[in-house]
Amino acid sequence: MRTKQAFMAGVAILAAATMTSAVPGGGTVSGRVTYEGTPAKQKPIDMSKEPSCAKQYATPPPTETVVTGPNNALENVVVYISAGAPDEPPPSQAAVLAQKGCRYLPHVLAFQVNQELKITNEDQTSHNIHPLAKINREWNKSQPPGTPPFSEKYDKMEFIPVKCNVHPWMHGTFAVLKNSHYSISGNDGGFTLPNLPPGKYTVTAFHESYGDQTQEVSIADSETKNVNFVFKAKPY
Amino acid sequence: MRANKSMQWMFLAAALQVLPSLAIAQQGEIHVGKVTGHADAGKQLYYRFCWGCHGFRGDGNGENGPYLNILPRNFVAATFKCRSTPTGTLPTDEDLYDSVGRGFTNSNMPAWISLTKQQRADMVAFIKTFSPRWKTDKSGDPINVPAEPAVTLDSIKHGKELFTKLECWKCHGQEGRGDGPSASTLTDSNDQPIRPYNFAAGSRFKCGTTNHDLYKIFMTGLDGTPMPSFADVIKPEDAWDLVHYLRTLQVTHKSPELALWMTTKEGAEIVKAQKIVGTPTGADIEQ
Repeated sequence: MRTKQAFMAGVAILAAATMTSAVPGGGTVSGRVTYEGTPAKQKPIDMSKEPSCAKQYATPPPTETVVTGPNNALENVVVYISAGAPDEPPPSQAAVLAQKGCRYLPHVLAFQVNQELKITNEDQTSHNIHPLAKINREWNKSQPPGTPPFSEKYDKMEFIPVKCNVHPWMHGTFAVLKNSHYSISGNDGGFTLPNLPPGKYTVTAFHESYGDQTQEVSIADSETKNVNFVFKAKPY
Repeated sequence: MRANKSMQWMFLAAALQVLPSLAIAQQGEIHVGKVTGHADAGKQLYYRFCWGCHGFRGDGNGENGPYLNILPRNFVAATFKCRSTPTGTLPTDEDLYDSVGRGFTNSNMPAWISLTKQQRADMVAFIKTFSPRWKTDKSGDPINVPAEPAVTLDSIKHGKELFTKLECWKCHGQEGRGDGPSASTLTDSNDQPIRPYNFAAGSRFKCGTTNHDLYKIFMTGLDGTPMPSFADVIKPEDAWDLVHYLRTLQVTHKSPELALWMTTKEGAEIVKAQKIVGTPTGADIEQ
């Protein structure tokens, strides 16, 4: 009886070991996204037409078409594997876009093809969510205050500008991607794409104002490759 | 042997002629009631009547395009305003057929009632050949429009509350004049300025004239414009209340709703208050 238990435990450990080693490779692509030049100055948003939102801010928040960090870091850049990785089925958890203080949180939301996209309104005002899709279908839905979140999904890869027609300063981006290998650069401009099996990849960086750039990377075994992107900032 | 071979050739030639026409017939057919529209017939009509505005390729870039304030529809993008189907879906053949016959108020699209039903159906069949979406996507299922309840004061008053609560006034204005705080900032999906509907002008709606049409407009939204769908946030019975109230904003348009609203002190005052000196609102015009 005891040997049987030990045997089963051994099998379980073995199984776990093979499962972890079955997770594709351990290669990583990481790096930083920066800008050179002078980015457009972000102006404070005038929310006076929507007092319920304006009062949430001590000082008006700036627009977010270009968000930068220390040492020329460029934030909100979607870095993803655009070629070399197979398409993946969507994860079960939803990507959430919140409308709060008449802004989109997060400003750039990345998720996978056919993944549930959940949209919430935490404001005391009606928003209409109007993603200007060109490849996917364009829809436009109203979400008055206190209404429950609603869900949507997109079945094709696309970068979709999102806006609210009622509050013209509200802009955001949906990045609908084919696999789970993506990362959005943070305040330090850093990104990490882990769990890449050995192979050749095309890494693409997309910024809503500055367009996209690609680089080719080869990953062997579980090495970490450093890839950096530099965008030319435009003052206007 | 020789005769046999020529027979084979003849058969092959016949097959080659028949096959493509069969395929086109299936692809390019639409059905509206008892009328079947054919794309090949519609093509002749399109390149006579439509292409000057809608363009040689159906992309809305016809030679008249630059002179038009509301740009001609781009059939390649296949985003349509007037639908009976939910936002983000393709319209039904009937929706497109109705649009051709109705035309679009306040735009340069006339009502093609001078053409026969057959010709209009043929045109619809042809414009569907411009976008690959018609091959990959199905038309949406038309939304359910329940029977309209009687027009009552309670219904109108509740509709008024909804107009405020759902913030219709942000664009359409408190009096429905299309002058709400966001009105001047509105653009359509092509970044062209666009105006919200002015109820006080009393003209036809973009997508029809009846209460039924009005119900569909705010439940389905007008895709490609700032007008969103309210299907997820308004219950059907509430939607009819909103319809009844919206009719009272059409102060230049005689309707049972406006007549009933005017019998109340509140209603009469509101309609009268809308009168701006020097601007005919119609409140005092003999209908």
